[in-house]
Amino acid sequence: MMRWVALFLCLAAQTQAAPHSGYADASAPVRAMQDDDTANPGFLWVQQGEGIWSDAGVPTGHSCASCHGAATGMRGVSARYPEYDAKLGHPLTLEQRIEQCHTERQGAAPFAHESDELLAITAFVGVQSRGMGVTVDASGPAAPFFDRGKELFTTRMGLLNLSCAECHDGLAGHHLAGATIPQGQPNGYPLYRLEWQALGSLVRRIRNCLTGVRAEPFTDDSTDLVALQFYLGARADGLKVETPAVRP
Amino acid sequence: MIGASGLLLAGLAPARATEDQVAVLIEKLVGAAKPTPGRVKLDLPLLVENGNAVAMTVGVDGEDGVRSLHVFAERNPLPNVANFTFGPRSGHPRVSTRIRLATSQTVIAIAVMTDGSCWSDSVDLLVTLAACIE
Amino acid sequence: MSRVLINVPKSCKKGDILDVKVLISHPMESGQRRDEQGQIIPRKIINKFTCAWDGEEVFSADLFPAIAANPFLSFSALAVASGTLSMTWVDDDGHTQTELVAITVV
Repeated sequence: MMRWVALFLCLAAQTQAAPHSGYADASAPVRAMQDDDTANPGFLWVQQGEGIWSDAGVPTGHSCASCHGAATGMRGVSARYPEYDAKLGHPLTLEQRIEQCHTERQGAAPFAHESDELLAITAFVGVQSRGMGVTVDASGPAAPFFDRGKELFTTRMGLLNLSCAECHDGLAGHHLAGATIPQGQPNGYPLYRLEWQALGSLVRRIRNCLTGVRAEPFTDDSTDLVALQFYLGARADGLKVETPAVRP
Repeated sequence: MIGASGLLLAGLAPARATEDQVAVLIEKLVGAAKPTPGRVKLDLPLLVENGNAVAMTVGVDGEDGVRSLHVFAERNPLPNVANFTFGPRSGHPRVSTRIRLATSQTVIAIAVMTDGSCWSDSVDLLVTLAACIE
Repeated sequence: MSRVLINVPKSCKKGDILDVKVLISHPMESGQRRDEQGQIIPRKIINKFTCAWDGEEVFSADLFPAIAANPFLSFSALAVASGTLSMTWVDDDGHTQTELVAITVV
């Protein structure tokens, strides 16, 4: 039996379907919660982010809005993140770009990882791109980060000895306990997970997966963690941004 | 021996409401008037993906004279879910919210009408287990 | 102050029935969960919600720990005359918050 399962995993892991949002795998009530902005709890964070956008109470006195103008001007931004930064020579996630602005241009102390403030401003910037196709550019000097991310995605890890690809490429659409295995797409983050009863980032979800396979989670802001998110972004090519999505 | 294992259960088993507890609460609410099935409608999914937030609608369609609606869950840690009352400025006697369900169970709604009659509806639902939890 | 999202039409015709949707940022800590040290996390929920139109009751709810975190309530109100829709909720620790929405009825 175990051998049969292992064989099935091997065969399945070789197939890779077209990108397909976790929205399609969710039940009708969960999709309905996402579809109605007045019922989607993620909008509590979007509303908080709107306040942060125009908050000039930072050391330099520059709110996000005083440089960037109306938030609608950010339309398209989250769709291309994580983005390669030529000056730094590596990609940055949207959260890291916001932190960079917040510390360097606003002179403020960084937001804490996974804090309501950071999730809120990320969701507020993210929602501006809702409905746009994800287009992460992994060409040229960014290619090695895509390659590293893909290598991590396909490397077996942890006591369960599973790679991301095993489940999220090979077995997507199949079931694990009562749940449909999704492709593990990043197009809805930050998103409201019913299990968390809160908004959370892709980093939180990846940590959740790694502890699930009994592997050591990546440290915050490690190059590998960014590379994995960069690969996930490129892999999601064309999927619509759904921020703030709702998932079970 | 039976006594000992009973004590063990009382000490370690997760607290759960029971059908009897719900029956007592309903009796307290409606007195001798036994609720009749009908008129009130409880909408809940039959298969629940995650019990942390389950969309629920309870109401009495196109009917005036609803004083209050009450919802009970037979296998939650605590049986009460919510009580709703409708004042003179309310529109339809209907409300939607999101509830927690600890496990597969029966959820019961009771409508108390201004004429003193009581009506009930119930839903038996399955709460599936998530595979990947934090 | 909890973050809150209230959706209700700001103007309507007399006799209209308005949908009111309220989403409140609140953990609705059930009192059933334990922290990493195994201690019960104390219950802290919104236990009462009321909505009135110029002081006349529209809808009220007694809420229990079975209400999901970040509670959502959707109900309706009968438009009789222009006025103020007030929504008030009370937390276990006695904290009260009130939100007002002016509605024009023509």
